[in-house]
Amino acid sequence: MIVRIGGFLAGLAFVSALLVAFLMPRDAAVVTAAHEFHREPKEISYSFDNPVWGKYDRQQLQRGFQVYKEVCSACHSMKLVAFRDLEEIGFTKPEVKAIAKQWSTEVPTINDKTGEPTTRKALPSDYFPSPFANETAARAGNNNALPPDLSTIAKSREGGAHYIHSLVTGYADQAGYKNEEGEELLKKFPDAKTPPGLHFNPYFANLNIAMPPPLAAEGQVTYADGTKATIDQMGTDVAAFLMWAAEPKLENRHRTGIAVFLFLLIATMLAYGSYQTIWRDKKH
Amino acid sequence: MSFPWAAQYEPKNPLMKWVDSRLPLPRLVYNAVGAGYPVPRNLNYFWNFGVLAGLALAIQIVTGIVLAMHYAANADIAFNSVESIMRDVNQGWLLRYAHMNGASMFFIVVYIHIFRGLYYGSYKAPREMVWLLGVVIFLLMMATAFMGYVLPWGQMSFWGAQVITGFFSALPLVGAPIHTWLLGGFAPDNAALNRFFSLHYLLPFVIAGVIILHIWALHIPGSNNPTGVDVKGPQDTVPFHPYYTAKDGFGAGVFFLLFAALTFFAPNMLGHPDNYIPANPLSTPAHIVPEWYFWPFYAILRAFTVNWFWVPAKLWGVIAMFGAIALLFFLPWLDKSPVRSANYRPMYKVAFWILVADVLVLGYIGKSPAEEPYVRIGQFTAAYYFAHFLIIVPIINLFEVPKPLPNSITEAVLKGETEEGAPYGAETLASASGAH
Repeated sequence: MIVRIGGFLAGLAFVSALLVAFLMPRDAAVVTAAHEFHREPKEISYSFDNPVWGKYDRQQLQRGFQVYKEVCSACHSMKLVAFRDLEEIGFTKPEVKAIAKQWSTEVPTINDKTGEPTTRKALPSDYFPSPFANETAARAGNNNALPPDLSTIAKSREGGAHYIHSLVTGYADQAGYKNEEGEELLKKFPDAKTPPGLHFNPYFANLNIAMPPPLAAEGQVTYADGTKATIDQMGTDVAAFLMWAAEPKLENRHRTGIAVFLFLLIATMLAYGSYQTIWRDKKH
Repeated sequence: MSFPWAAQYEPKNPLMKWVDSRLPLPRLVYNAVGAGYPVPRNLNYFWNFGVLAGLALAIQIVTGIVLAMHYAANADIAFNSVESIMRDVNQGWLLRYAHMNGASMFFIVVYIHIFRGLYYGSYKAPREMVWLLGVVIFLLMMATAFMGYVLPWGQMSFWGAQVITGFFSALPLVGAPIHTWLLGGFAPDNAALNRFFSLHYLLPFVIAGVIILHIWALHIPGSNNPTGVDVKGPQDTVPFHPYYTAKDGFGAGVFFLLFAALTFFAPNMLGHPDNYIPANPLSTPAHIVPEWYFWPFYAILRAFTVNWFWVPAKLWGVIAMFGAIALLFFLPWLDKSPVRSANYRPMYKVAFWILVADVLVLGYIGKSPAEEPYVRIGQFTAAYYFAHFLIIVPIINLFEVPKPLPNSITEAVLKGETEEGAPYGAETLASASGAH
């Protein structure tokens, strides 16, 4: 009885506090430009989209790597990927060795005679050297914005490769920009004008991104396999490469998963059979 | 322990005889999960979930121990050590994804297990102790899962730790010193990460210990069943082995299929993308959201937005969130209806399903940002949650007319038909009396 009276009083306290909060008047919701003019990623299909059968397209990954190497790596590090990992996307050992050796940034080391800091050419066992020595240098070189490391970027953004493709190809002219409902951004939110030093991009969460459009012109890279390097093609390829960089074991995972699932399916059917057999003489 | 007609362990093999007379461990296993434990014959699939929860714990311990061989609990390298498990350790991606999704499977199974107990009145006499120990296990699981989520030291790890440990600072006067003492600093950092790792490794073994007590307490009255009617005689039970080992084997197969589908085909579906960004104390994520299994409680925490009776809203939220779980400890004494199973309690049955819907809505609100209409819906559903346990359940039996209960489990099962072949009960009675 004491428990029930105590419980009843505690219940009244919680319920009353909540109902008072429920009835409190609310401030009018603030409508922001980001809320009204942010866009969902564009429709695009990748070979790795299917959660069960998806595979990477090696040619596409190699093209994407080329875009990363020639464009993104000028500002963005990729500290968790090593040159040796490139063998997984179809480069041969000598090719990997050459890529490491020709990398634009050298690897920091020390002179083994004097102990003075110096640099050396990268080896296949090295992780991709970062373009900036530290965060301060990176901010100093980028208008005080920090270019994020790209190792896990495709997994750390809602929408993954699809989002990245839209982001790098989705820069727009803010003047006269309209959303799907046909409302004009600067007419509705005159204060939302992109500040100097930032760039308007409707796919970015707050619409204004520090990164200048990375893919500015068709033919910015010359693909080794002869594919025409349109802006959309480069954006598609580099997003695929970043997905691989974030989830290099995806194909392994899918292959193992199918085998495990089939094994379990048979085992479960057998278990069901033995369950039915054992209970055959028993009503329940 | 258990019923007088329970089969006795009789080792046939001389080696087992030798062991059993010196250390009766085989006898213990036989009586716990072997032919020596008589179980009601009418259990439905919802009774698979206790075994499945034990299985989930075992999976977490095994994958966790191997992961700990490769993980480094240091704020500078924790994130990269997890990434190196994903990239460089042989099958490391599998271990890590299995452990991540294994935690989700554990909670799915345990939530079904808890709601099964609520529906069939498994918390009522004489099984109150089983229920109390179960709530202790649930609390330990939540602590373990929270600390485990901090270990990869991503953005959600860090900010989740910041928010959850911040609860203690809501306590008047002692809050701030306790908060600093628990974290080993003013904000989560290396000291906090290290102690979380230590406790994350310890608590699963404490859970395993409490599970032993949970099963021990269960075996005194024996398992409840869908009718909620007590076992009357041998005809009402079957030996655990082979009947329920076979049924649990099938249940485990289905469990593993779902677990494999998550781990291999959608390993990040239940996680948050922000946790692939290394922890950064200087950059707060737009929405701090805990893992899905905490969403209903997170919704209750955030539902309290007004100071009420001189208690600040934040403290109300913290008290209510812990209270939402703590009230389960009192449930056996809040519910006075003598009928266990909701199948025979027409009003409670309705209340139960409203509660299920209410908790699902609370979960959705916990995941959503703190905007309208979510906040209002959250306040209403949180109020209903407390009203269910503290107001509705204690008085519902005053108005309820229970349906007539079957005289026995066997009667409920056979519904007037006769058992084909030799009656099982008579046979077992004969052999049991012969043994004595």
